[in-house]
Amino acid sequence: MTWHHSKSQSQDLNSMMLQESSSVGQRETLSSKNQKYFLEEPEAPSLFPISVLDKSVMVSFRVGLKSSIMVRKSDALNGGSKSSLPPVNQPSSQSDLSSLSKHFSFRTLKLKTKQQELLIRVTILGLVYILAFITRLFSVLRYESMIHEFDPYFNYRTTLYLTEKGFYEFWNWFDSESWYPLGRIIGGTLYPGLMVTAAVIYWALKFLRFAVHIREVCVLTAPFFASNTTIVAYFFGKELWDSGAGLVAAALIAICPGYISRSVAGSYDNEGVAIFALLLTFYLFVKAVNTGSLAWSLASAFGYFYMVSAWGGYVFIINLLPLYVLVLLITGRYSMRLYVAYNCMYIVGMLLAMQIRFVGFQHVQSGEHMAAMGVFFLIQVFYFLDWVKHMLNDSKLFQAFLRIGVTCALGVGVVALGVGTASGYISPWTGRFYSLLDPTYAKDHIPIIASVSEHQPTAWSSFMFDFHILLFLFPAGLYFCFQQLSDATIFIVMYGLTSMYFAGVMVRLILVATPAVCLISAIAVSATLKNLTQLVRVESKPAHTVLAKGMNSTKSLSKQQASLDESASFLKKGAMVLLLGAYYLLSRYAIHCTWVTSEAYSSPSIVLAARGAHGQRVIFDDYREAYFWLQQNTPSDAKVMSWWDYGYQITAMGNRTVIVDNNTWNNTHIATVGRAMSSYEDEAYEIMRSLDVDYVLVVFGGVTGYSSDDINKFLWMVRIGGGVFPVIKEPDYLVNGEYRVDKGAAPKMYKLSYYRFGELTTEYGKPPGYDRARGVEIGNKDVKLEYLEEAFTTSNWIVRIYKVKPPSNRWEIYMDLVDESDGDYGYDCGAIQLDQATGNYKL
Amino acid sequence: MANFSIATVFIASISLLFALSNSFSLENPTDRRILVLVDDLALKSSHSIFFSSLQTRGFELDFKLSDDPKIALQRYGQYLYDGLILFSPTIERFGGSLDVAAILDFVDSGKDLIVAADASASDLIRNIAAECGVDFDEDSSAVVIDHGSYAVSGTEGDHTLIAADDFIQSDVLLGTTKIEAPVLFKGIGHSLNPANSLARNNARVLFSGSLDLFSNKYEIFCSSSNHQCKRQGAQIITCNRYAKSGNQQFVTELSKWVFHERGHLKAVNVRHHRVGETDEPAIYRINDDLEYLVEIYEWSGSSWEPYVANDVQIQFYMMSPYVLKTMSTDKKGLYRTSFKVPDVYGVFQFKVEYQRLGYTSLSLAKQIPVRPFRHNEYERFIPTAFPYYGASFSTMAAFFIFSFVYLYSK
Repeated sequence: MTWHHSKSQSQDLNSMMLQESSSVGQRETLSSKNQKYFLEEPEAPSLFPISVLDKSVMVSFRVGLKSSIMVRKSDALNGGSKSSLPPVNQPSSQSDLSSLSKHFSFRTLKLKTKQQELLIRVTILGLVYILAFITRLFSVLRYESMIHEFDPYFNYRTTLYLTEKGFYEFWNWFDSESWYPLGRIIGGTLYPGLMVTAAVIYWALKFLRFAVHIREVCVLTAPFFASNTTIVAYFFGKELWDSGAGLVAAALIAICPGYISRSVAGSYDNEGVAIFALLLTFYLFVKAVNTGSLAWSLASAFGYFYMVSAWGGYVFIINLLPLYVLVLLITGRYSMRLYVAYNCMYIVGMLLAMQIRFVGFQHVQSGEHMAAMGVFFLIQVFYFLDWVKHMLNDSKLFQAFLRIGVTCALGVGVVALGVGTASGYISPWTGRFYSLLDPTYAKDHIPIIASVSEHQPTAWSSFMFDFHILLFLFPAGLYFCFQQLSDATIFIVMYGLTSMYFAGVMVRLILVATPAVCLISAIAVSATLKNLTQLVRVESKPAHTVLAKGMNSTKSLSKQQASLDESASFLKKGAMVLLLGAYYLLSRYAIHCTWVTSEAYSSPSIVLAARGAHGQRVIFDDYREAYFWLQQNTPSDAKVMSWWDYGYQITAMGNRTVIVDNNTWNNTHIATVGRAMSSYEDEAYEIMRSLDVDYVLVVFGGVTGYSSDDINKFLWMVRIGGGVFPVIKEPDYLVNGEYRVDKGAAPKMYKLSYYRFGELTTEYGKPPGYDRARGVEIGNKDVKLEYLEEAFTTSNWIVRIYKVKPPSNRWEIYMDLVDESDGDYGYDCGAIQLDQATGNYKL
Repeated sequence: MANFSIATVFIASISLLFALSNSFSLENPTDRRILVLVDDLALKSSHSIFFSSLQTRGFELDFKLSDDPKIALQRYGQYLYDGLILFSPTIERFGGSLDVAAILDFVDSGKDLIVAADASASDLIRNIAAECGVDFDEDSSAVVIDHGSYAVSGTEGDHTLIAADDFIQSDVLLGTTKIEAPVLFKGIGHSLNPANSLARNNARVLFSGSLDLFSNKYEIFCSSSNHQCKRQGAQIITCNRYAKSGNQQFVTELSKWVFHERGHLKAVNVRHHRVGETDEPAIYRINDDLEYLVEIYEWSGSSWEPYVANDVQIQFYMMSPYVLKTMSTDKKGLYRTSFKVPDVYGVFQFKVEYQRLGYTSLSLAKQIPVRPFRHNEYERFIPTAFPYYGASFSTMAAFFIFSFVYLYSK
């Protein structure tokens, strides 16, 4: 009842207001077509523009609080859809403009209010844009303008290559410096979106005569795209709800830690631009569904193309969209708009995505993309049935046709899928995809995925850490969305729920959930604030309007006012309290976000900072020291073996060939390195010789207490190595099921980390060889190396580099080893007998 | 095992090409300056035939007592000698700065060494041998006895004086002239691990369990050789008589080998290119046809001569050989072959591992990456794709006609 009622009420009001405004001297304006106008209240500018007139609020207050949410995105192009929502309010600025020309007489005032509203909106958006950028600069202020972490170094290296050699060289780049001796076709195994984006920005700046280094561009790419994301979030929020929600969404996403964690300055990773592309694609698709426009759908396909070029997370889009379409089909919301939007988006998006070499034919061949194709065919069937129904005009006949038609379609689909899978044309799901659906899958089957910290299931604390108040605004937003279900809100609800699930499975996917959480929370915040401010304003209104408005309305209003006086004042107070509470919460959110950004997410992780004994800041720059040493002191074709985490950094900063790196495409190769790392020295030597290894690099935190070092990663080396080479068995490295480095340590232990560590006193009052990262005194203090020699150890011992000795010149008889090791090393006395057997001589 | 027929003499020949340049000039690899350490200067005369054969071949011999306090192998980081002869089996401690480590460093830097021991071999000599992988008999009183094959002078023979005529079959070690007379040996036994066959650097080391092997006194001796006796109990069937033992020829030929007058190879001008081109590319593409060339010469003692062999092989190697081909030679030292790069990309190596008994080990490795096709190097129009072309163009045409009909009909 509320909607029709309020519509008529507001129309009455409009006519009333027309009279009023003419009589009161054009203090207020109103457009005839849109049932929205703005009260000019320069003395009380609110944070978020409230586009509902107080009086209409009053009316709705009278008819019932439930209808207080007046502003509604009308489904202008609903056409034949089943949406029952009549066009109520249209906040779009285009209609403002059109009405502007129609009501020429109100021009001066209209311009003014229009300008103010627009001004506020643009100012807020501009501030949010800048805020999103500068809040990500903490890392530059705290440290320096540098590339962070691991993967960004690869991205940086490839971007450098792209800007130096051009696109075609980049596209065809075969990198012989990584994955020695296999090499890696870089051009065909990466998502080039990020690099191309940075290179284009760089070239544009160069064209504009800004002489910047490509590194600066790379460092600032992620913050720049985060800023752009806020704009998209604004439009998305506006599309979903209203411009108020859009602004809130922009503000929330600008500082949300879940997003900042992947987009601080220096975090030059795919996700930096991918979240922008993801949200853009979704926004454009929703826009396309809402309007049924081919143009928006095409734009969405291009957004999808950009997303595919930037990040492997595009699989989320290509599965979420068909799921969304399926839900709309099931809930009976099928429309031509949906048909146009999905078909155009899917076909063009798929064709465009095939242009990315790394993706190739996956859209038609991989099991992960089959949902989209299935839904594509399904929607054709729907359309066809619709057409048949239209032609038949006979429900019985149609029912029969429907039964046969659907059975046939399903059968064909199942058979096609079965044949495709059985013949190997359609590849099965990958391990990563499985591990998303079954969180325990990776742990049991793919240690290399399970070993990555960002693939771990998310702890509750990190949800709280990354979302803060959004975590409970999210359900509230869902409530509002469900209350006003439309095609758009169904989408955001599905996006929110699925991405929340994935965020729970893998900690890095919090990033994907962040935009949805921000948008849904923004709806909650915006709608709540709007309700509350309306309640607050109801009371102050009469006094204010008595002076401002005509006699008739004043009288009627004051009568009603008197009757509701008591409960309204109570409501007003309550609203005030709630409003203050909301502002408090939001400010806490802002404070929390800033704190998290500054303390937790701005560390480059390649330079470590700690507090010294006197509270001063101590910087450990060991990584760069080590890589620089490699670059300066080793032959240019030297091969460095390290655990794969450091591969990208060694190639990017040390400019040396590595055996394995962070692109974990060849599990066997990584397992070989893991085996070398977890074998006895002589066995490892054989492996290293076969891989032509010249240097071995290990990371050791025992001196500084840096806990993510190779000893703590060691069990993963054992697991990954053991996954391919069964000689490596995890129990061999454990003592009573425990992983120990102290006196009770298993004999096969990571020698390279502890070489000569027993001579070092790390902490006052502790025995020499006290490992600060693990808090124990090490067991074997007298580590001897036979096939390796120490080449370099950084100032804080974090990185240690060993040189692999060439094979010894002479065959030596290790007399001292003959006894202890069952003759493996030693000289075999049987040789004399062997010679005797020839009969030529004897002893 | 027939190669160990001379019980006493074993030769460890070891080479890695890069060590060459340290030891002697590449142009003239024969050693020139040789330090001879003896226990007693009387050895100079008792082994004069061996020494004079060296001197006549142009070597400068520097005789020193092994406990001479002035012995030094190097001065200011430069080696003073190219070769070292240790004819001092009993010495417990060298004079001067010389010790086991110094001798091993000498060998490790590519210099050559002859060590002769006998029954009284000291721990020092044994240690040197052990460090080179040769193990002299531990028991100091033990000597090699062969009741089957011993030398007799007159009617009675000493069974510890062994007469051997079954030598290692290698022209490069023992020269092309066949050693007719048996070689006499008296000393201790030693052994070698069969695994110790690896060539490492180019140093050549000779260990002998008999110092007397080199001496003058065995030069003229009557010996018996009775290999057949084993078949018929202890009875001697035959007893060949020789006017002269083979020792002189044997040790002279061996010393020629040890001091790089023979069997020294060098590989130069390693190059490779695509067939039909001359410039060496930085990277190959899969399925390229390439040509690999290398020149191998042998030092004849005075000049570099082309080395002719039909068993020099090239490997195209990435963790395992993908291509293994025997190279053809033009008999002037140039070896060449051409082959197709396998259909596998990665960082390959051209590897020549040429290890022949007595010859310098050639171990050449040259890294070369192999890349896949570029995006525009694939065949453009392939017949199997014609149905797809047809499909695309017919769809386009059909769409056009459909649009036309749809728009303009009625």
